[in-house]
Amino acid sequence: MKLKLLGAAGMALFLAACSDHANKNVNTGAATQQVGPAPGSEADLVATAGDRVLFAFNQNTLSSDAKATLDKQAAWLAKYPQVHVQIAGNCDDRGTEEYNIALGERRANAAHDYLVAKGVDASRITTISYGKDRPTAVGDDEASWAQNRNAITAVQ
Amino acid sequence: MTSSVKPLIPDDDADRLAAAFLGRRGFMGAGVAGGLMATPLFAAGAAHAQAGDAEITVDQARTAPIPIVLPSLGGGVAQQITDVISADLGNCGLFRPISASMPQGTPDFGSYKSMGARAAVTGKVVDQGSSLRVEFRLWDVMTGKQIQGTAYTAAAQDWRRIAHVIADVIYGRLLGEQGYFNSRIAYIARSGPRAHQTTRLAIMDQDGADSRYLTNGQWLTLTPRFNPANSELAFMSYANYRPRVYLFNLNTGQQRLLGDFSGISFAPHFSPDGRSVVLSVTRGGGSDIYTVDLATMARRQITSTGAIDTSPSYSPDGSQIVFNSDRGGSPQLYIMSAAGGDAKRISYGHGNYGSPVWSPRGDLIAFSRIANGSFSLGVMAPDGTGERILTQGFTVESPTFCPNGRVLAFCRQSAAGHNGAGFATGISTIDITGFHERALPAGSASDPTWSPLNK
Repeated sequence: MKLKLLGAAGMALFLAACSDHANKNVNTGAATQQVGPAPGSEADLVATAGDRVLFAFNQNTLSSDAKATLDKQAAWLAKYPQVHVQIAGNCDDRGTEEYNIALGERRANAAHDYLVAKGVDASRITTISYGKDRPTAVGDDEASWAQNRNAITAVQ
Repeated sequence: MTSSVKPLIPDDDADRLAAAFLGRRGFMGAGVAGGLMATPLFAAGAAHAQAGDAEITVDQARTAPIPIVLPSLGGGVAQQITDVISADLGNCGLFRPISASMPQGTPDFGSYKSMGARAAVTGKVVDQGSSLRVEFRLWDVMTGKQIQGTAYTAAAQDWRRIAHVIADVIYGRLLGEQGYFNSRIAYIARSGPRAHQTTRLAIMDQDGADSRYLTNGQWLTLTPRFNPANSELAFMSYANYRPRVYLFNLNTGQQRLLGDFSGISFAPHFSPDGRSVVLSVTRGGGSDIYTVDLATMARRQITSTGAIDTSPSYSPDGSQIVFNSDRGGSPQLYIMSAAGGDAKRISYGHGNYGSPVWSPRGDLIAFSRIANGSFSLGVMAPDGTGERILTQGFTVESPTFCPNGRVLAFCRQSAAGHNGAGFATGISTIDITGFHERALPAGSASDPTWSPLNK
């Protein structure tokens, strides 16, 4: 059982293979055998820092809440220097498909730039945008739209 | 309005319209099927009507659809051809097809007149085994003269094409404008839960028939756009989690990457000559507009404001580009030279604007407008004047013009309830006056793009 010898870094890589893109739920089947999420894993990021920041309509300004979350993400990333992440920007569906692809990327970019300013090596972070095509909340009301205007950080 | 229907395009042109209909069978039948031969049929017992100016305009036909007697051309495939012609004419809103039995020889124009008909069709279908011969005559009921007489021969499997060509000839001869029935719509077929829909590139005839998938749905795929000059699509795919614009050759099924940009490339539109593509590429927090020459793959950046510049669409003469930009603070429509340079804002209504497309006639720009949480689909002149809203809804976006610029196809979506229930997405069409909106039988779909007339 070589897997046992790999430790946290190996587990992070294993989980990264399960977490093949930013908006997919992580398969935590392996992690459930431990107490709490595997260190350096997506689940650990969610538990320790929070994986997402939210934005106002048609905005990419980082709120104080968003900055607090990103500060925690930066600290977490400093703790696990081998981890690479992808930040996915998303939008509510009150914009056109094409404009929202650009707006989602702008949101991902805002989170990216903040993390880099906090000392995370830019080579560890990629960005992507799903526009309005991967909503977190599937309803069409203010509460759902607020959830869908986000930038989600996922362990690669 | 005068009481006779005169042909609006010369017989030779009408025949050429049909004879130009040569193509090759393509990948998965996505190309236009085999050749179609058109030969003139001499006027039967009546002099040819004179070619002249339009007696019935499209504007008039909108308020008073042209009553046209369309008897069944026979049983089996002949009935199917009749049904397709009837649906094309009836669904465009400009004709009122009237069923009748097929007359022996010259029609009884007196009885047609009493039915209120302006024009009539006669004809028959000869099943030649692997091919079909469709004899078609169009008559002016008032004068009793033959307006058009043509025999079409094509492979039996191409019966729908023959029907659409005949419907286009009727449209062209009675309204004085090129029809658009012999064309296709590419789109995105959607399935699965709203949070993670499966998206497939798909194509169908403009009436929704013969739909088929072109990609397998493995990756998020968006915004197909037809090349106005040939059987090629540009589209966006998230293949390998690298969202970029690709080209899809409908004849061969071959796909290729369109330029290797470092950012996300998206929002493609072909130039009117089909030789280049204009698109956007993300950079920092914005996106720039580029053109890519398809022969050399040479690229040229034409905007660099740092704002979001996207959804570029050429004027039909290729000299200008309308696009969507938030350089002024909110998403609005702008026009600039195709070479770039200064841009002029043209949208000034309430709300945000997006997805502009320039009509092939040059006189209108169609767009989406978003205000108070709901969408409108509208048109305006290229200088921004004369804005008219055609239809509204929770989401109405992604307009695309039919080849003659008279009709738009677009995506209509309904709002979802809290658990996602009630969400529906489909393709509808609407006349550019806002008249005659109808849903196409395309199923769960979005992102329509109308082809040029099939060659």
